[in-house]
Amino acid sequence: MSDDTTRPEPDALLTEVRKENRGRLKIFLGAAPGVGKTYAMLQAAHERRKEGTDVLAAVVETHGRQETEALLRGLVILPRKRIGYRGRVFTEMDLDALLQRRPTLALMDELAHTNVQGSRHIKRWQDVEEILDAGIDVYTTLNIQHLESLNDIVERIAKVRVRETLPDKVLEMADEIELVDLPPDALIQRLSEGKVYVPEQARRAVHHFFSRGNLTALRELAMRTAAERVDTEMLAYMRAHAVPGPWPTRDRLMVCLDDGAGGQALVRTARRMAERARIPWIAVHVETQADDRLDEDARTRLDDTLRLAQRLGAEVVTLQGGPLVARDLIAYARSRNVTRILVGRERRGAWQRWFVRSVPQGLLRLGRDFEVTVVGTEARATAPRPLRTQEETSRRRTLLGLLWATAAVGAAGAVARVVELFLPLPNLSLVFLTAVLLIAVRFGLWPALYAVGLSLAVYNYFFTAPYLTFSVYHQADILTLMFFVLVAVITGNLAGRVRAQLDAIRQTARRNANLYEFSRKVAAAASLDDVLWAAVHHVSSTLTARSLVLLPPQPRAPDLTIAAGYPPEDRMSDTDWAAADWAWKNERPAGWGTDTLPAAGYLFMPLRTGRGVIGLLGVAFDRPGKALSPEQQRLLGAVADQSAVAIERAQLAGDIEEARLLSETENLRSALLSSISHDLRTPLVSIIGSATTLSEVGERVSPEDRRELVGTVLEEANRLNRFVQNLLDMTRLGYGAMQPRRDWTDLHDVVGRAVQRLRDVLEPFRVSVDIAPETPLLWADPVLMEQVLVNVLDNAAKYSPANGLIVVEAGPRDGALELRVEDDGPGIPPDERELVFDMFYRVKARDSRTAGTGLGLSICRGLIEAHGGTIAAEEGRGQRGAAIVLRLPLVAPPALDAADVEPDPVAAQQPGDEGQ
Amino acid sequence: MTRGETAKILVVDDEAQIRKFLRISLTAHGYEVVEAPRGEDAIRKVATEQPDLMVLDLGLPDIDGQGVIRSVREWSDVPILVLSVRAGEMDKVEALESGANDYVTKPFGVAELIARVRVLLRSRPAAAGSAEATTFETGGLRLDFPGRRVWVGGEEVKLTRKEFDLLRLLARNAGKVLTHDQLLREVWGQAYVKETQYLRVHIGHLRQKLGDDPNAPRFVWTEPGVGYRLIVE
Repeated sequence: MSDDTTRPEPDALLTEVRKENRGRLKIFLGAAPGVGKTYAMLQAAHERRKEGTDVLAAVVETHGRQETEALLRGLVILPRKRIGYRGRVFTEMDLDALLQRRPTLALMDELAHTNVQGSRHIKRWQDVEEILDAGIDVYTTLNIQHLESLNDIVERIAKVRVRETLPDKVLEMADEIELVDLPPDALIQRLSEGKVYVPEQARRAVHHFFSRGNLTALRELAMRTAAERVDTEMLAYMRAHAVPGPWPTRDRLMVCLDDGAGGQALVRTARRMAERARIPWIAVHVETQADDRLDEDARTRLDDTLRLAQRLGAEVVTLQGGPLVARDLIAYARSRNVTRILVGRERRGAWQRWFVRSVPQGLLRLGRDFEVTVVGTEARATAPRPLRTQEETSRRRTLLGLLWATAAVGAAGAVARVVELFLPLPNLSLVFLTAVLLIAVRFGLWPALYAVGLSLAVYNYFFTAPYLTFSVYHQADILTLMFFVLVAVITGNLAGRVRAQLDAIRQTARRNANLYEFSRKVAAAASLDDVLWAAVHHVSSTLTARSLVLLPPQPRAPDLTIAAGYPPEDRMSDTDWAAADWAWKNERPAGWGTDTLPAAGYLFMPLRTGRGVIGLLGVAFDRPGKALSPEQQRLLGAVADQSAVAIERAQLAGDIEEARLLSETENLRSALLSSISHDLRTPLVSIIGSATTLSEVGERVSPEDRRELVGTVLEEANRLNRFVQNLLDMTRLGYGAMQPRRDWTDLHDVVGRAVQRLRDVLEPFRVSVDIAPETPLLWADPVLMEQVLVNVLDNAAKYSPANGLIVVEAGPRDGALELRVEDDGPGIPPDERELVFDMFYRVKARDSRTAGTGLGLSICRGLIEAHGGTIAAEEGRGQRGAAIVLRLPLVAPPALDAADVEPDPVAAQQPGDEGQ
Repeated sequence: MTRGETAKILVVDDEAQIRKFLRISLTAHGYEVVEAPRGEDAIRKVATEQPDLMVLDLGLPDIDGQGVIRSVREWSDVPILVLSVRAGEMDKVEALESGANDYVTKPFGVAELIARVRVLLRSRPAAAGSAEATTFETGGLRLDFPGRRVWVGGEEVKLTRKEFDLLRLLARNAGKVLTHDQLLREVWGQAYVKETQYLRVHIGHLRQKLGDDPNAPRFVWTEPGVGYRLIVE
């Protein structure tokens, strides 16, 4: 256990390692403009330059200040890029030129700057991130009010809304923060001397902003931030080096969000709390039936809030909730080891609070073991919700519901009229209740409430005395009516909720079915193309969008190509390609809806697998909104993951097939190698041995022995020659370069030549050749056929006992030539008869005789098949020995001229010949 | 025959080892040897050295062996013996068609080479007179050209006209290879050059009548993919 606690945390170590390869970021932090951040940065840069560092001034805003400009002298300045936007030309930092120039240190003023439209990134800090990734150190400046989590506070202090905000994580990226401090009085002094640059549009606010109180507050903020950083660094160090200490256990903070306007402030508060406590945080939204009725503004607000949370580093979770939101939240909090819960004060009317316990109340009651913080939201957050404009379909359904409710209540009235004859009055309410329940189940809450009202009216008007009026005589009737309304409202509400949950479940089920369908389709897909097609089709139908999959043509290739698209697409605009390239190189989403190249039509998601990013998934919506909702993002993420896994699977299957072929080739190669080393070397050993004997002791050797040695050299050289010939033939067969040059061939010639060539080999055996006289000419390549026979005979000789009989028989049979070569050796076992034609297969040598090369018969098969024939191993006649049987299709030779066949007078009488 | 008894042989091969053993064995058989490693040297030396025979490797580094044959044949009828690898049947036929006189397949034994060389050197000075020779005799085979009669071991053999024409042609070039084209052209005429089945059938008949065993031929030797030759002792 002690091991566990003292082991460095992997995450922390990873961060450390990552930092080693990245450039170092130093931020010059100031409380307000004019404190001298740029000046301090340039001074630091000069010091580095003196040490010999390659410093490049990428962007330095001197705002015409002379001291600052003087400091810029001596530094290399990166020329600005000119970007045309809406008919005007803006200059912007040239990111690509900087990355190409690769200085050791880049100076980039104004970290919070927003880039001109058309730049690669929206914000300068994103440029900085990319530069750091390239291993370049960066010095930059930042005013405290630009920090996103402090945005609200700054606004409250200075009454100025700062638009150019910076995610806090950027500050966290910094390896070093230098606080540039100037007492407020001195700053105000500088301002009055005109030494502080103030943008034109801020002139009005300037005097308010630069008030002493403001500056003091901002200064304190800046100092506190810098001080927190020191804490953070210490903590990071302690974690990375496994210093056992009192730092907090891994607990979590959970912030509960809804569509209220105060959500963003709540998120920022949560972020600050989590940051201070150094704990991860979760932003949770519980989706209830109320969400279905959210208007467009509320939905956007909720999306914005969740996205902000994501950007500030929260894990964003959407839960499917029931009627009791607080219970769902607490259950989730327990499952995630959450210790602190942050929730905004609920905006409810007094009467609402009287009926239903609010979420904060619920949380406080249910989560006694949690630290629950309820944060007050600002006044304008409680502004009345705008009118609910429900979706077209939903409104039509409600209208239909009202009609049905009217009909149902009418019908209930009619039934009640009949029932009234048999039952006492109070029971009639059950009839109306039935109608209300039916409407609630079918059409939801509002039509049900309408039905309640209508029922009440009808009940009162027709069934309570005095009849046909809305007044009531008996107190009992009043009570009946009251209970009726109560029961009707509660049951109607319940039934309506059941309905809503049913809808939600159906929707989830549809989505799951969709995902399942995709898994199934992909599992069935055999090839990569099938998988890709299934993936793009699936993405397209799930998100109602156009989709693309981009893959490198070869694994790990630097460029991408469009591998599949639905609807089929094979080209993209340059902007899209730029976004795709960036996403591919940086392994991060890019394009539409992201912060990188948002002008692109497509959003590109990296397809991640265990092996890394294997490609990109591109999605484009026909009617693009501002960005994807977190829900859509998660769906897209899930789909991208699924696709990635499926594509990887298909690629792996391909790799395995390739590996199998490779190993087969490898086997063949090693067999070839062993065959060559054996069959080439053995004759060479004899040749070299004999030759050296002759050259060294030739004179002392008897003439007989000398002849013997020379004979060995010759014999072995011939053997080598045959082997080399086989190797050559095999190679040519393998390359498909062996084309038979067919000619009319006399089998006698072929067999004769083969026997001639193997004269020496066949010497110890008896060879019998029997070719049927009616054997016609063959339409075959005489040279190749001779090689076949040489190999078969050579093989027969290898396995025959000395003085054994080798029989060659041939004749036409069933329209083919059948040629058998039989020996009386040990024969070939039945289960090996097919194998002997495999390359490098050898029947195990039974005695000390030379085993075959394993090449001969496989070449025979190749050659015979090239002639359209077959070759097989069979049992020898008389149950012993082996028979190699060749069958070649016979082609009728063209007829000879009659005049030529006719014997001429001289040879007319041939019986002399026949008599012999 | 203007020369002394030693014939001069030009050996053309780019392999020094092959030239060496050819030089040694040919010299041992009493020939004078001149060497050329390349095609250009070969052509020049045919002119300057006036050899009685050229042994030419088809695979030369500079000029293709076929090119050497063609350019030498433009002005010289020196016998050319070609060295070629097996499976190079097309090359052999091409070389023979463009004027080479015979070939030996590599790797070869020296005995085979010397036999070819002897045949080529023997036939050369006799070339003028051989057409008039009226008889031919080798290993028990005897031909009477004007009488169109043939004997094997003293027994007369009856041949058809084409069979006799074929045998006569082989005998007049005894020991030398004749390509299918040459045989068909001479015996049947230009129109039959591609009709090899005639050749096969008639050679088959001829062998049968001469009592020649294809597994151990005494008279007609098959050069697969190239042609036939009559064996001389």
